[in-house]
Amino acid sequence: MNIMFYIAGAVAVAATVVTVTRLNVVHALLYLVISLLAVAVVFYTLGAPFVAALEVIIYAGAIMVLFVFVVMLLNLGKAEARTESGLLKPSMWIGPGVLAAILIAELIYLVTAGTGGAYPAGMVAAQQVGMALFGPYLLGVELASMLLLAGLVAAYHLGWRKPSRTEVR
Amino acid sequence: MVPARDALLLAAVLFALGLAGLLVRRNVIFILMSLEIMLNAAGLAFVVAGQRWGQPDGQVVFLFILTMAAAEVSVGLALVLQLYHQYKSVDVDAASRMKG
Repeated sequence: MNIMFYIAGAVAVAATVVTVTRLNVVHALLYLVISLLAVAVVFYTLGAPFVAALEVIIYAGAIMVLFVFVVMLLNLGKAEARTESGLLKPSMWIGPGVLAAILIAELIYLVTAGTGGAYPAGMVAAQQVGMALFGPYLLGVELASMLLLAGLVAAYHLGWRKPSRTEVR
Repeated sequence: MVPARDALLLAAVLFALGLAGLLVRRNVIFILMSLEIMLNAAGLAFVVAGQRWGQPDGQVVFLFILTMAAAEVSVGLALVLQLYHQYKSVDVDAASRMKG
């Protein structure tokens, strides 16, 4: 179990280094997704499977989709469309593909290894998290819902594109 | 059981990488991505501490960090769209002047 943690941690650090140093936004996003998936494997090896699932669904899923949408919205025009074909060359997929293959090999090993898919020692199950979340932390959950509502209203308000003067004329 | 020292070291390294990206990059999308990396590293530290004592509190705090990151990135990306609309650039230095 420990060696799985170190491999996933190394993948996370490598992918993060590439994310920060990459010049192209799309390439950086590919590596950022790999980094988040690696951190999800780290959570699993630490014995927090619920948080690992949330990391994949919300961080690597929802938040990354937001980034991809904005990059798509910014890249309008024919010149960008021409560079787009150059962006997604097969050679660009080798780096993220290798790192993702390492992660999926780890996942397959963890699920099929002799432990029969048992969770590591010191696991805190989703049930305990739920009991804590809706017990002593109930006020925090309510505040989080209000924060999300505020974020929704702010994103709607800020995302509204004021028609510029040239467009009105 | 993974030693807590190594896991916290991983969180520190990821946080430092995010901080370096935040300070070095001028593209606002990269700055937001670095913020995500830093928030993720902070959440990792919370989960490690929670697992160290076998308590669910660390995971609960990670959930709150996740909520905050989602709200932050939605507002931040809306601001990126406005910045690009105003200045035709995603360079943060383009918007360094205040009005009034």
